[in-house]
Amino acid sequence: MNNASPFLELESGPRVDITWDGKPLSLPDGANLAAALLACGIEVFRSTPVSGAPRGPFCMMGACFDCLVEIDGVTRQACMIEVKNGLDIKTINVPRAPNA
Amino acid sequence: MRKRDLVVIGAGPAGMAAAVLAAELGLDVTVLDEQVLPGGQIFRGVDRVSASRSKILGRDYTDGARLTQDLRQSRIKHFSGAVVWAIEENFRISFTHEGRGAQINADRILLATGALERPMPIPGWTLPGVMTAGAGQILLKQSGIVAQDAVLVGSGPFLYLIATQMVGAGTPPAAVIETQRLRDMIRATRHLGGALRGWPYLAKGLKMISEIKRARVPRYTGATQIAIEGEGKAAALTFIHKRQKKRVACKTVYLHHGVVPNTHAARSLGISHRWDAGQVSFVPELNPWGQSDVAGVFIAGDGAGIGGAKVAEYAGQLAALKVAEELNCISISHRNRVAVPLRRALAREMAVRPFLDAAYPPFEEALSPSDSTLVCRCEEVTAGDIRKYARLGCLGPNQTKAFARAGMGPCQGRYCGLTVTALLAEANGLSPDQTGYYRIRAPLKPVTLGELAAMDNMSEGPVD
Repeated sequence: MNNASPFLELESGPRVDITWDGKPLSLPDGANLAAALLACGIEVFRSTPVSGAPRGPFCMMGACFDCLVEIDGVTRQACMIEVKNGLDIKTINVPRAPNA
Repeated sequence: MRKRDLVVIGAGPAGMAAAVLAAELGLDVTVLDEQVLPGGQIFRGVDRVSASRSKILGRDYTDGARLTQDLRQSRIKHFSGAVVWAIEENFRISFTHEGRGAQINADRILLATGALERPMPIPGWTLPGVMTAGAGQILLKQSGIVAQDAVLVGSGPFLYLIATQMVGAGTPPAAVIETQRLRDMIRATRHLGGALRGWPYLAKGLKMISEIKRARVPRYTGATQIAIEGEGKAAALTFIHKRQKKRVACKTVYLHHGVVPNTHAARSLGISHRWDAGQVSFVPELNPWGQSDVAGVFIAGDGAGIGGAKVAEYAGQLAALKVAEELNCISISHRNRVAVPLRRALAREMAVRPFLDAAYPPFEEALSPSDSTLVCRCEEVTAGDIRKYARLGCLGPNQTKAFARAGMGPCQGRYCGLTVTALLAEANGLSPDQTGYYRIRAPLKPVTLGELAAMDNMSEGPVD
């Protein structure tokens, strides 16, 4: 739990350890990753390749792709992933090459 | 490769009901669904929901467990976490499942891909902390988390539902800011006959409004010039109400002004769509069995036009009956006999829709956003950009891709398609039908080279 989060968790269960850009976090085991990160006070998930603007989860159903994160070197939608012990998550902040 | 009789894409109410009935009638049915658990968005997480959350969400939600239970009990092959990215001729369906590509063949396909929130491009809608109201409810249903002091913005009974659920969870929203006006309600009264046939929905709506009032949640109707402020994340919502500028501080904003059919898979197959002025969206062209103009492909549920969970269930069953009859599992007379009560129930459920569509129309400012407002979230293209391309002679949405990549980011136009069509139609003085929509091609969702390299042909694969 994190008092800084605008989200309130109604229930609690067993937690596991993950890392977010190297920072250790404790999240509910098996929870939806995007939801668990929001509940823990993380609002910005990535920045856009076009302008570098910050983004966080928007649709929570796998359609908008705003919650993209990098897990084990692969870009994934956080809202479509379950929390499990040892997840190593990195934020994606790569500007697009000027000619792309 | 073995051909399944019926492959259902999507395990919401339409997909589940169709799969269960088709299997009962003797068909070999496979369900592919993106989510971890069946239920679609309306019944998201219903199989794992706690007792306290069930109480907050209410019986309309927990009722979904009836469908998920049936899905488990019958002889249906259900792949959860299966993301479909291509449907080819002769119905070879490609999807990603557990990190590997996979393919199966189908004789008939039912698309039960449901709805998306109608895009609501207003200034600041891309800021972290701004989400769809549907997302807010998904957080509650699946994860038991609720936003404190959130602001709900837009129009439609769904805003009342999530507001009352937040009240029930002990975290009432800071405000409900509604865009519909008194004149919309007056105009809607011409559909009052239908609304009265759907009276249980009206009764529910009035009950929710009174609960919101009792919880002293401020409600503003007829709001205009809505914008979200914040440096790097949402900090406040500003709007005009009764000619006065208002500002509500908040960290979370839930947007909603209706839902629209998710037509991506249908469009990729070349199914014809038409503009539905009442629902202010494109809908696929279907016959009363949900059969499309591409032979062998059926569509049921909100993906066929917005009707809600009950309508989806009945429509899924109607499609299952037609498929079972075509594959000689049942006779035409059997099909017709079972269909009669389903059609009657479906008509009863749909009766209230014209009233609701008229009373809670989409927010005009979000249908035709100000020039500086982003419409394509992925490629960060503004409404002004789209208008500029129209002036340069751009007639359709596929041309705007060449100008600015609108619709070409990872969401593939899901949250800008309708806006781009509306902006071009308006600028060129054409109808949405004349303007058209993005051409949708595979892959419908991104697929990695690693997933492709691990491709599993499922004819005799271990998961089959």
